[in-house]
Amino acid sequence: MTGLSDKIRAGDHRSIARLITQVENDAPEAVQTMKQIHPFTGKASVIGMTGVMGSGKSSLIYELALAYRIQNKKVGIIAIDPTSPFTGGALLGDRIRMIDLSSDEGVFIRSMGTRGMMGGLTSALYDVVEILDAAGMDIILIETVGVGQDEVDIVKIADTTLVVLIPGLGDSVQTIKAGLMEIADIFVVNKADKPGIEQTVAELESLVDLVNNPERRIPIVATSAKEKKGIEQLITQITEHQLYLKKSQRFEQRRRQRYEAELIEIIRKRLMDFIFDEKKLKTTVDCCIDQIAKKQLDPYTAADQILGKILK
Amino acid sequence: MTKKIRVLVAKPGLDGHDRGAKIVARALRDAGMEVVYTGLHQTAEQIVITAMQEDVDVVGLSLLSGAHMTLFVDVAELLKKKQMEDVLLIGGGIIPQEDVPLLKKAGIAEVFGPGTPVEEIVTYIKKNVKR
Repeated sequence: MTGLSDKIRAGDHRSIARLITQVENDAPEAVQTMKQIHPFTGKASVIGMTGVMGSGKSSLIYELALAYRIQNKKVGIIAIDPTSPFTGGALLGDRIRMIDLSSDEGVFIRSMGTRGMMGGLTSALYDVVEILDAAGMDIILIETVGVGQDEVDIVKIADTTLVVLIPGLGDSVQTIKAGLMEIADIFVVNKADKPGIEQTVAELESLVDLVNNPERRIPIVATSAKEKKGIEQLITQITEHQLYLKKSQRFEQRRRQRYEAELIEIIRKRLMDFIFDEKKLKTTVDCCIDQIAKKQLDPYTAADQILGKILK
Repeated sequence: MTKKIRVLVAKPGLDGHDRGAKIVARALRDAGMEVVYTGLHQTAEQIVITAMQEDVDVVGLSLLSGAHMTLFVDVAELLKKKQMEDVLLIGGGIIPQEDVPLLKKAGIAEVFGPGTPVEEIVTYIKKNVKR
């Protein structure tokens, strides 16, 4: 499989797509390639975008990608839509707003279903970010599912988190609620062409003033993806946020946070695999039953021994 | 390991009618598949690039404009050119019966006309998916 990791590092789209499918399916052969590419990751800027459904996230991502392409940066886009908890199926429709990017060699777009993961993300997302990073993308844009109020896991992955709001969503009490509003590095008020924009921005301003960070005030950018307004300001704010992270040593901290979350996710997956693989679980447990029955071993020590083997 | 069938539902060319495509997309979703929908007015090139990036198992083309002999065949040829023959290519829409054998010869595995029960498409995909 060494061939695959080389092709990925060379930016080959087909290979990128294949490896993403493998990690999405938890295919065992993906692990080796993931190990091989890890040393070549960490260069891409990861920008997460979250916000209520219908706030125009896909259209904004499209506009951002276009702007980054003008700067000649390679852009990877991950668009997440919900997987049905009933059928396991998903309709992935974010690409509709980005379709003009399809024929651009410098852009790679992948749509993903949440596949049972809560929090607005998908469990393969950490891997997909590493893959796009190793493939030489300068910018990785992640669009979470249209969230309610507490799908905030994107902060564990993104260097910069954009929270997208639109005018007319509610009064100022909504904006001081916990969850979504706490994770913004930048607030984006999209659909600025709609009435009520001034009030929404003013309410956010007063919210931002309540946040106690003397080093940095969370910026608010009004955009209209439809009228292509505010995109340059948004790009400027993203760049400034990333400079701020690097200057204040918070960049390292965020990256460490991401690796921590990724590692926990891998462990969680492996433990779940073990627990839900009833055959394997039974075989493991079976070896101790005899000893327990003969009083050579007590169940607690047996459990410690088994867990020790898994966790070693 | 949990493999899901991924399908691209695409509308090539100048055809503004996607109710049928959406119904099929929804039926495939309800059958547990991951369905990427492109929206309207796609070129054959855009469809094939999307199929590659999304690494789909199936491409389903829908066309009601009458240009299927050009557009469906273009997609089939581009898939071949990109060595993506392991993608199952199917089509639907308003396709005259006499065109069906020609389309099949060009590489469209099956054609589903108006009135096809969606279950038939689901079953066909599950049975014929190549990987």
